[in-house]
Amino acid sequence: MIAGLAPARRRSAGQIALFAPALAVGALMLAPLFYLVLRALEADAATVVSLLLRPRTFELLVNTAALAAGVLVLTTLIALPLAWLTTRTDLPGRRILNVLAVLPLAVPGYVMAYALIGLSGNYGFMNAVFGVTLPRPEGWLGATLALSLYTYPYLYLNLRAAFSGLDQTLEESARALGCGPREVFTRVTLPHLMPAMMAGWLVIGLYTIGDFGAVALMRYEAFSYALYLAYSSAFDRLYAAWIALILVVIALAVVWWEARLRADVRLARTGSGSGVRTRRAALPPAARTAAYAFSGTVVLAALGLPIAVLSFWLLREPIWPVLPDLLRSFGQSLSVAAPASLLAALFALPIAVLAVRFPSPLSSLVNRLAFVGYAIPALAFALAFVFLALGGAPFLYQTYGLLVLVYALAFLALALGPIRAALYQARPSLEDSARALGYGPIGTFIHVVLPCIRRGVTAGLVLVFVVAMKELPIAFLLSPAGFRPLAIQLFSRTSEGMLIAAAPYAAAIIAFSGLTVAAVLRHEGRLE
Amino acid sequence: MNRMDRSRCGLIAIAVLAAMPAAAQDLTLYSGRGETLVAPIVAAFTEETGINVDVRYAGTSELAVLLQEEGGATPADLFWSQDPGALGAVADQLATLPDAITELVPEALRDDENRWIATSGRQRVIVASTERVDEAEMPASMLDLTDEAYRGRVGWAPTNGSFQLHITAMREALGEEETREWLEAMIANEPVVFSNNSGIVQGIADGEADFGLVNNYYLPRFLASDPEFPVTSAHFEDGDIGNLLSVAAIGITASSDQQEEAAAFVEFLLSAQAQQYFASQVNEYPVTRSVVLRSDQPTLESLEASAPDIDLNALSDLEGTLELLREVGLL
Repeated sequence: MIAGLAPARRRSAGQIALFAPALAVGALMLAPLFYLVLRALEADAATVVSLLLRPRTFELLVNTAALAAGVLVLTTLIALPLAWLTTRTDLPGRRILNVLAVLPLAVPGYVMAYALIGLSGNYGFMNAVFGVTLPRPEGWLGATLALSLYTYPYLYLNLRAAFSGLDQTLEESARALGCGPREVFTRVTLPHLMPAMMAGWLVIGLYTIGDFGAVALMRYEAFSYALYLAYSSAFDRLYAAWIALILVVIALAVVWWEARLRADVRLARTGSGSGVRTRRAALPPAARTAAYAFSGTVVLAALGLPIAVLSFWLLREPIWPVLPDLLRSFGQSLSVAAPASLLAALFALPIAVLAVRFPSPLSSLVNRLAFVGYAIPALAFALAFVFLALGGAPFLYQTYGLLVLVYALAFLALALGPIRAALYQARPSLEDSARALGYGPIGTFIHVVLPCIRRGVTAGLVLVFVVAMKELPIAFLLSPAGFRPLAIQLFSRTSEGMLIAAAPYAAAIIAFSGLTVAAVLRHEGRLE
Repeated sequence: MNRMDRSRCGLIAIAVLAAMPAAAQDLTLYSGRGETLVAPIVAAFTEETGINVDVRYAGTSELAVLLQEEGGATPADLFWSQDPGALGAVADQLATLPDAITELVPEALRDDENRWIATSGRQRVIVASTERVDEAEMPASMLDLTDEAYRGRVGWAPTNGSFQLHITAMREALGEEETREWLEAMIANEPVVFSNNSGIVQGIADGEADFGLVNNYYLPRFLASDPEFPVTSAHFEDGDIGNLLSVAAIGITASSDQQEEAAAFVEFLLSAQAQQYFASQVNEYPVTRSVVLRSDQPTLESLEASAPDIDLNALSDLEGTLELLREVGLL
């Protein structure tokens, strides 16, 4: 079943055995979109035009673009200097700073929004502790802040890798040719960072377009929030279907645009010889102070703020009475996240094997399809599944099974990455030897391939698991009755202004994700 | 992937799915009412009858739309709504309630054809900041809130079911055109948009708005935990549309195969115990006569003088209200 371990004449049969499930997964990705389009097209043209050509649609478009722009600028302003400080300078404490810079990943956007809201107001943290009443953060500024403080680590991680991989001889040559430091940065360093920058921007941009929790709590009318409003309070779901379609188009356009920009870039080293080892710049005392002030502010805002505000609200009332509810919620989140991560890994295996062992136009198509669920804003993806379940599979409607399936598809890309990377490193010759020594395809897979890629599979499982544990928008639309995961409990309490009641749920989410992010960082550290 | 692996995964999947809590004899309740109010009463019902209730919490109109979309395939046995309007909108999907239940409640508080029944009463009120608003500034009518004096100071929640019912009542009492003009004048007066009633009350305390249009029972909850809470509530002048008297109401779906258990739940909500809970814990008005009230708690009858004269049965055109809200750009 895996190339190299099947004799040549049986290859086609093995490929079919792989293509069948992989194509099925691809079809599962596209089927909901088909139902979404079908539903949207039920309207007559006049209704659609009057729905879409309202000033409100334009307003939403502008709001969404403004939010994405704000988040991209702010995350870049945070991540670029941080990445430079930790990779290119001799700043004492840079190792700790590196960990602290990544940890905000554990604080999802809606928790960050909760923290910012809990900071303000008469009863808020600032007034109680410092006697200063801040206005409640909201709108563009509030949403930009909440999303940026949560998402900048995605950019930071990319930039850090790019800084480490960048050949410094290039910069030295530029200097030798007479460029000043600023010119070296803009003409040499920055262009070489661009691919990493764009990869980070893509992830952050898609997240921002699709975010629902933070923009809803900040009452910012971006597209995804409007989609939720249209879904929850328009009598027919037509308008919701059209907004979802627009969101899908925006997301796919962003992906396409990024891929096009990336395709034109050629940055690899040419010529012989190897690059030099990284040399770290020695910071003069003044610059060092500035560096500490900057990174201190970032860490304080992205980590200190949620932890301080949360502790403040948490200590207002004893936690014991809500503990049973909290545990049940945790269990419910677990009961979906665990099977979803398993299913995602199962989906990812045949697709990864196809990509690595049988590269062909069809296998690269299947691999692209695997990213559809990740690229499409979660609310739109979930809404498409509502239409699919109601229109084509009523037995799935409002079931745990459907929620698990949609999670697995939405986060398939997260599982696919590490598994594919592990397979690239597993040598096909090992599999051939196993076959030669008498193992069948199953035995080879279990005893040879699986142990080789175990680490990749585990990484994929963990990634999907963590993300599914704190997922909000999909759970919002597809939760079966009685299902109240942590994210929904937190969201509904915060939106009712009940910050004390929301605190234990926010703490549980942060504690859980914090532990997992720390575990992943340690794991990474060991690999290095 | 090979067959053995797949069957193993299949077994795991089945085991995981089987472990999910979805027993067939459980009741499924769609609740447009908030979890903080509903969960304790549901727990009390389960304790008394042993019948488990799975609750789907969402906006009232969202659930009404969902019920329409699901039709006979809905998993819901019961729909508990913030207002009679949403139940009216799905009335053709509801079963006729048994007489033993309907006779507990006055005729004005249930459907003409007994497909839904009130569970508790409430009134729309205006809340205001005690710090930034003085007596003289309180408006006599809700329609006055479009005045320049209230620019940027009024909080409202256009996505909330109670607000939407209020608009339905306005359309019924004042007509389509006048309602639209009021909404447009309000929007031009830059109201502060919230997502729900609690948010409005909290927002006034936090200085985001000075006035707010909410149901009567939200503020007392804040005052109970903090008597100094800087928000007060008031009625408009007698008979003003702003003083709309309404009810939360419940119906049983016709497609439910557990009619008896569902009826038991409705009956439980009308029991002295539950009505007492609504009156004392939720600060709503009881709809049966079996409740002993505190001296400071008004009865539904005593409120009728202040309320506009509107038949609850006439408030089923939720669809028209949502259409209007969408047209003026609020949704």
